[in-house]
Amino acid sequence: MRITLDIWRQKNPRDPGRFERFEVPNVNEHMSFLEMLDVLNQQLVSEGKEPVAFDSDCREGICGMCGFLINGEAHGPLRNATVCQTHMRHFKDGDVLRLEPWRASAFPVLRDLIVDRSALDRIIAAGGYTSTRAGSAAEANQILIPKPSADKAMEAAACIGCGACVASCPNAAAALFTGAKIAHLGHLPQGQPERMGRAIAMTSQAHAEGFGHCTTIGECEAVCPAGIKLEVISRMNKDFIKATLGGYANEVQTLAALPPSAAMRFFEAEPPKKEP
Amino acid sequence: MPLDAHIPSGPIEQKWQKQKFDLKLVNPANKRKYRVIVVGTGLAGGAAAASLGELGYEVLNFCFQDTPRRAHSIAAQGGINAAKSYQNDGDSVQRLFYDTIKGGDFRAREANVYRLAEVSANIIDQCVAQGVPFAREYGGALANRSFGGALVSRTFYARGQTGQQLLLGAYQALQRQVAAGTVKQFVRTEMMELIVVDGRARGIVVRDLVTGKISSYVADAVVLATGGYGNVFYLSTNAKGSNATAIWRAHRKGAFFANPCYTQIHPTCIPKSGEYQSKLTLMSESLRNDGRVWVPKAAGDKRPPNEIPESDRDYYLERIYPTYGNLAPRDISSRQAKNVCDQGRGVGPGGLGVYLDFRDAFKRLGRKVMDERYGNLFEMYERITGEDPHDVPMRIYPAVHYTMGGLWVDYNLMSNLPGLFVGGEANFSDHGANRLGASALMQGLADGYFVLPYTVGDYLARGGFAKMDTSHPAVKDAEREVNERTKRLMSIGGKKSADQLHRELGEIMWNDCGMARTKESLTHALSVIPELRERFYKELRVTGSGAELNQQLEQAGRVADFFELAELLCYDALQRNESCGGHFRVEYQTSDGEAQRNDDEYAYVAAWEFKGVGTTPVLNKEPLVFENIHLAQRSYK
Ligand SMILES: Cc1cc2nc3c(=O)[nH]c(=O)nc-3n(C[C@H](O)[C@H](O)[C@H](O)COP(=O)(O)OP(=O)(O)OC[C@H]3O[C@@H](n4cnc5c(N)ncnc54)[C@H](O)[C@@H]3O)c2cc1C
Ligand code: SF4
Ligand code: FES
Repeated sequence: MRITLDIWRQKNPRDPGRFERFEVPNVNEHMSFLEMLDVLNQQLVSEGKEPVAFDSDCREGICGMCGFLINGEAHGPLRNATVCQTHMRHFKDGDVLRLEPWRASAFPVLRDLIVDRSALDRIIAAGGYTSTRAGSAAEANQILIPKPSADKAMEAAACIGCGACVASCPNAAAALFTGAKIAHLGHLPQGQPERMGRAIAMTSQAHAEGFGHCTTIGECEAVCPAGIKLEVISRMNKDFIKATLGGYANEVQTLAALPPSAAMRFFEAEPPKKEP
Repeated sequence: MPLDAHIPSGPIEQKWQKQKFDLKLVNPANKRKYRVIVVGTGLAGGAAAASLGELGYEVLNFCFQDTPRRAHSIAAQGGINAAKSYQNDGDSVQRLFYDTIKGGDFRAREANVYRLAEVSANIIDQCVAQGVPFAREYGGALANRSFGGALVSRTFYARGQTGQQLLLGAYQALQRQVAAGTVKQFVRTEMMELIVVDGRARGIVVRDLVTGKISSYVADAVVLATGGYGNVFYLSTNAKGSNATAIWRAHRKGAFFANPCYTQIHPTCIPKSGEYQSKLTLMSESLRNDGRVWVPKAAGDKRPPNEIPESDRDYYLERIYPTYGNLAPRDISSRQAKNVCDQGRGVGPGGLGVYLDFRDAFKRLGRKVMDERYGNLFEMYERITGEDPHDVPMRIYPAVHYTMGGLWVDYNLMSNLPGLFVGGEANFSDHGANRLGASALMQGLADGYFVLPYTVGDYLARGGFAKMDTSHPAVKDAEREVNERTKRLMSIGGKKSADQLHRELGEIMWNDCGMARTKESLTHALSVIPELRERFYKELRVTGSGAELNQQLEQAGRVADFFELAELLCYDALQRNESCGGHFRVEYQTSDGEAQRNDDEYAYVAAWEFKGVGTTPVLNKEPLVFENIHLAQRSYK
C-alpha cells in the first residue's frame, strides 16, 4: 500500500518547525509503523536528504522510548499499544497521516519527533521509591502480601514512562504517570512508611515541572499503552489530601540540584545570539 | 600468557566470605572523595551506581537512552532465578551452582558461579523491599515457576514483565541517589572511548547525543555495564540501540575480550516477516512450561495446524528428550528447531518456523489461568503477527538473544586493565558457553548490588594512582581519536545508510557463524567481513553534521565497531575445535547429534588481545579448573 506522511520537522529546540510531506510507496502490512519510517529514512539517506528523527529502542512496547502523535492520537489508533507495536495492517492504502511530537511545555522538542521527557525522571526522584539500601532487606517471605494487593501493585507498576498520557491531556497533566507510581508503592506494605511524604513530593515536583492540573477528562487512560487505570489518580488525590491534612507538607525535602535536562544542554551549548 | 583470575583459596563455600573479609575498606569519610564512572543503567549498571552512591562515593552514571529506565533489561520477560528453595522441591545453593555450570556446558569459572548462587537469595530480598511486585500465591508468599534447564521451580517473576519491574526497582533506587546528590546522571550521552593512564582505566570520552559535543570525564575507577553485543548479527532480540561500542573501545585499549563466540540463540522468537525487519521479538521461554513444540511429521505438509491430527505431529523435543521435554535448554532446543526445518518440516513463510501449541494447556487449565500466566505475551504475539494464539498455535523460530562472551574479568569483576570493572551481560563471567533462562537478571543484579560495591571499594582503598584532571595529555589524545573517527564517518559520502550495511554484516554472521558453524563457513566469514568493512568505509553516507542530534552518525559509529567485533567472533569460533553450549561446530558432534566437548584441549577461557584492525588478535588462556563438579557429557534425555 501507499502511505502519505505529513511529518513535523524541527532541527532543534529553537527552530520553530514545520510540516513536510513524504510518500512511502511500498508499505507491507506486516511492517511495524517504525519499520515503515525506517524504510522512508533509508530512502531519504540514499537521496542525501535529512532522515526523520524519532526515538525508539526495544521496539517491543516495553521500554517506553517511542511515541508520537498519529493524526492527533498518541501512539496512533491502536488501543493499549505503543507506536512500535502498531503494525501497518491497521492502516489502508492511500491513508494520509500526520505525525507530530508529544506537545507539552514540560516536554521540549529536541528534534523532529523527539522530545525531552526528563521531567518524568525528576518526578520519580522526588519520591517514587522506597528508601532501602542494598543489603539491608529482610527475608523476602517475612512479610506476606495478599495476592490481590500484589496484582494491583503490578497493574500500576506496568507504566512504561512514555508520556502519552501527558501528550493526550488537554491540561498536559502528568497525573496518570505520577498516580501510577504512587498507587504501585501504596498497594504494598513496603511502600507505607514513606507514603504520605511521597504523595506530596511527587505531586509538587510535577507542578514545578510545568505539568498541568488533572480535571479527570480521561484521555490519558484511553491512550495509555500499559493500560493504567484512572483509579490511580483518585488514589493519588486521596493520599495527597490525607498527607496535607496530616501536616506532612512541611517534612518533604526539596530536591538537590539535578543534572541539566537534554533541552537545557542544548541551550547551554548554543546560547541565543545577541541582536547586533 | 596464562591469565590469573585471582580466585581466593579455600573451599568453594567459603571463598566469597573469605574474600569479603580480605577486601580493603575505604574510610567512610573519604568515600565522597573517590569518583566512580558507571556506564550503563541496566540491572548491572543501575544497581551498581545506586549501591555505590548509597555507600557515599561520587558516581557519574551514563546511558544513551533518554532515561536510565529504558536500558534493555526492561525487556526481560520470564523471570529471575534464586536459590530460595521456597517450593521444598530440593533446591539449594549447591544445586543452582551445579545447574548453572552444567547449563553452561562446563565452560564457566566455578568460583564465580558459586558466588552467584550464594547471593541469589539476597537479590530477591532486596527487590521485594524495593517494592518489586513479584507474583504471589493466594497465601501471600512469593510464587515460582520453572524454567529451561532446571528440574526445580526457582524462578521468581512479575507477570511477563520481570525485567521491567526489576529494572524499575534499580532505577528508583538510582533516582533516590540522584536526588541525594551522590549520583550524577547523564542521559542521551554515549561513551566513545576509554581513557587509560599508566595502564589504569581513568575515564571516558563521551558524545552528548543532543548537542554532539565531545567531552571527557576522569575518575578513579570505571565500571562498564553496557549490555550484550547480540546486534552484531543485526537481527536479534536486543533493542535497536544495543551496541558493543563501550566494550569494544575498552578492548582496543587493552582489555581482553573473552569467549566472543559464545552466543545464545533463543528457541522461541517470532519468525522474521520480511526484509524490512528491524529486530526480532522474543516470546518468553516460560511459555514452554505449558506450550508443546511440534512440526508435522511429513516434510511439506501444508495443512493448517488445527487440521493436522495428533498422529501426524512430531513433538520432537518430548520425543528426543523425555526427561526435560519442552524444557530442554536453549541451545539444544534451538538446534533441534533448525534440524527439523532443515528437513523441510518447518512451518510458515519460508518454512522457517515450528509450532508452540497451547491447545492442551487451555484444556487442562482453562483460559483464565492461562491468560493470567501469559496474557501479555499472547497479546504481544497477536499484535505483531495478527494471529491469536488462543485459536492457532504460535509460530516460533530461534533468534540471537544473549551473548555469554564479553570482557574478561577476574573474580573481583575487574578486567586485566586495573580500574576497569565490567558487570552484567558485558562481562563473560558466569554463564560459560550457554546461559540458563532467568540467570542473566540474577547475574546483573548480583554484580550490581552485591559484588561491585565491595570490589570497587577494595581497588580504591589500595590506591596507588595519582589525581588527574581532563588537562592530561591522555585525555586530549582520546578526544582527538574520537573526533577523527567522527570526521572519517561523516566524510565518506557514499549512498548507503549504516543500517543497510549492518544488515549485510548480519547476514554473513547468521549464515557463517550462527547456529551451526564449520571450519569452512568461518574461514569464509573471515575472508568476506574485511571486504565488507572496506565497502562500509566507501559506501556509507551520514547526513547532517557531528554537532547536532544525529541518529545516522550514532548508528554509523556503532556499526563500525560491530564490523571489527564480528571478525573477532569468527576467530574465536574457528580456534575452538569443539562444540559446547551455544557454540556448535558441525565437525564436533556425538553420534546422536549433540555437542561434543573436548575437555582435554579446550577447558579454558579464550581471552583475546587486540593487535590492530585487520591484524590477527592474540589468544591468551585462562585454564578452567573443576574441583567441585565432575565434568560430564551434558544430558537432558
Ligand atoms: C527480550 C529479552 C528477554 C530477556 N528475558 C530474560 C529473562 O526472562 N530472564 C533473564 O534472566 N534474562 C533475560 N534476558 C537477558 C537479560 O535481560 C539481559 O542479559 C540483562 O538484562 C542485561 O543487563 P545489563 O545491565 O548487563 O545491560 P542492559 O540492560 O542492556 O543495559 C545496558 C546499558 O548500557 C548503556 N550503554 C550501552 N552502551 C553505551 C555507551 N556506549 N555509552 C553509554 N551507555 C551505554 C545503555 O544505555 C544501558 O543503560 C532477556 C533479554 C532480552 C533481550
Ligand atoms: S501512565 Fe501510561 S501513558 Fe502515561 S507514561 Fe505511563 S504508560 Fe505512558
Ligand atoms: S521502542 Fe520501546 S516501547 Fe516502543
